[in-house]
Amino acid sequence: MSHPQAAAEFLKDQVKAKWHDETLWFVRDKRDRISKTIPEWENLRNLASEIKDHTLSRLDFYLEEFEKNALKNGIQVHWAKDAEEHNRIVLGILQKNDCQAIVKSKSILTEECHLNPYLEKNGIEVVDTDLGERIVQFLNQPPSHIVLPAIHLKKGEISELFHEKLHTEKGNEDPTYLTQAARIHLREKFLKAKVAITGVNFGIAETGEFVVCTNEGNADMGVHLADVHIACMGIEKLIPRRTDLGVFLRLLARSATGQSVTNYNSHFRSPSPGKEIHVVLVDNGRTAQLAREKFRNSLKCIRCGACMNTCPIYRRSGGFSYGSTVPGPIGSILSPGLDMKKHSTLPFASTLCGSCSDVCPVKINIHEQLYEWRQEITKTHGELGKSLSMKLASGIFKSPLAYKISGNLMRSALKNLPKSLIYHPINSWGKGRNLPETPEMSFKDWFKRNRP
Amino acid sequence: MSSREDILNSIRGIQREPKPLPDVPDFRMNSDLVKQFTVSLTGNKAEVMDASAFESWIKTCGMNRIFSSVSGYKRLSTVTLPEDPHDLENLQLAILEGQFGVAENGAIWLEDAQLPHRAMPFITEHLVLVLSKERLVENMHQAYEKIGAAHSGFGLFIAGPSKTADIEQSLVIGAHGAKSLRVVLV
Repeated sequence: MSHPQAAAEFLKDQVKAKWHDETLWFVRDKRDRISKTIPEWENLRNLASEIKDHTLSRLDFYLEEFEKNALKNGIQVHWAKDAEEHNRIVLGILQKNDCQAIVKSKSILTEECHLNPYLEKNGIEVVDTDLGERIVQFLNQPPSHIVLPAIHLKKGEISELFHEKLHTEKGNEDPTYLTQAARIHLREKFLKAKVAITGVNFGIAETGEFVVCTNEGNADMGVHLADVHIACMGIEKLIPRRTDLGVFLRLLARSATGQSVTNYNSHFRSPSPGKEIHVVLVDNGRTAQLAREKFRNSLKCIRCGACMNTCPIYRRSGGFSYGSTVPGPIGSILSPGLDMKKHSTLPFASTLCGSCSDVCPVKINIHEQLYEWRQEITKTHGELGKSLSMKLASGIFKSPLAYKISGNLMRSALKNLPKSLIYHPINSWGKGRNLPETPEMSFKDWFKRNRP
Repeated sequence: MSSREDILNSIRGIQREPKPLPDVPDFRMNSDLVKQFTVSLTGNKAEVMDASAFESWIKTCGMNRIFSSVSGYKRLSTVTLPEDPHDLENLQLAILEGQFGVAENGAIWLEDAQLPHRAMPFITEHLVLVLSKERLVENMHQAYEKIGAAHSGFGLFIAGPSKTADIEQSLVIGAHGAKSLRVVLV
């Protein structure tokens, strides 16, 4: 389904769509307010951008440094070229440990690799432990937002779902009550799991450690009770030094949700005695994106979701309308690199207003890359619907006489044509748009009459 | 060729301009550390108290499964440290010592040395962190300067109780980890 088609689905429930729009704008507003309390905010964004640019310019070196230091710390390091190899490595570790059930905290990378269905096919029970992710997992849905996975759902729907799955009281929609029920349900899973999987927010080359940030504490509940911790990490998550964490941790939560820092920021350097930590370093299209000079710096993304919260299209079309693991503006420049044909409508799901680039904590020029992808896609996929009318327009604008005649024609046509011609199914422009009031005369005629 | 070599070789094959690694300044402001630290923690839904307020709270809190590793409060322990962290499942209160605190966001740093089990601050129902007023820094840059090259297998910043807003963005305290955080500034 194309983005406009999927967005139309989302907009059918107008009340919910309005709530979605306003709620995400509220989060964006919180981000604005807290960023203004840090006088050096713009310096931090510049620093973060430069640190990531530098890292990408020496990514091979830092990957080797990270591996060397992680191995020294007793962490086992694996390399995966693609999603399939990543999934195989994870399954291999589970089988070696005779593990039938795992707990997993938020990891967009494992979503990208479709790890859950793969493990389930191989007889492993996977429990997502972030509350939002557990909710969408119950519904057999992917997250619709990378930071707020269940933002497309209302508490009534969650109440019904929990009534069915966790036997909560029918009709009790109190978020505290529902969260408490999930706490009890998930605690049992935490206590039983032998292996826990987490994502990685930052990998530090200098020390071979990695950092995981949560508010719920679910990542830590999982890994400290399990015997084996598997951390799945995209190769672009690296930063050179521990010092750099100061910059990124100041930016991440403030950009994501408008809070000063996440409540738990865990630094994993070596396993507890008798336990294991594995890091799986995953490429899956990242080196290909690195090779595309115009799109290279999309790899600086720290997955804060600020570009989604601010985007007028995302807020009004919902995360699912993008049909890609990472939705929103950043997803629209990452996904075409993975599959240009499948995601060909995404770079057009933007007004190019540039708000995404303005809020990005690592200063990715998102809207410029959206524009660049449009050029690439138009080149590759040839004639689009608009091209014929563009050619026609070009002819009209080239000839003053043609311009004058068509102007007169249009002014009377817009007034007199039946509405059904404009709001017609084959005229996609008419969808969701109203025609302007037409003036009595052209500007040229007006000027002749009034400025003799 | 292994995937490792494959990935590294494809990166090496990409023409890239060198880009410099910037120095990170410490953005010092010289603000009132205790005041800012308290404001930050309160904003994160934690409670800040002094030693005497803590003493009176502990008498009335009604908790009887308590573990404390803080010198000065070890007398409050009612359970002995189990070998297996799973046995902390019913712990009501953990009292641990923080290494230092960060005024700008209320984050408190702990390492393996302060953690009898890495799971303890998460599995306990309620958490108290005891911290010296003298051990506050202004921001995260100074925090990492302070951590320096210290080597701990695990370290973490805790800035508040476990929380979530995944149901309609309503803030709920007590998702999976500790349902409350009290910070005793001594």
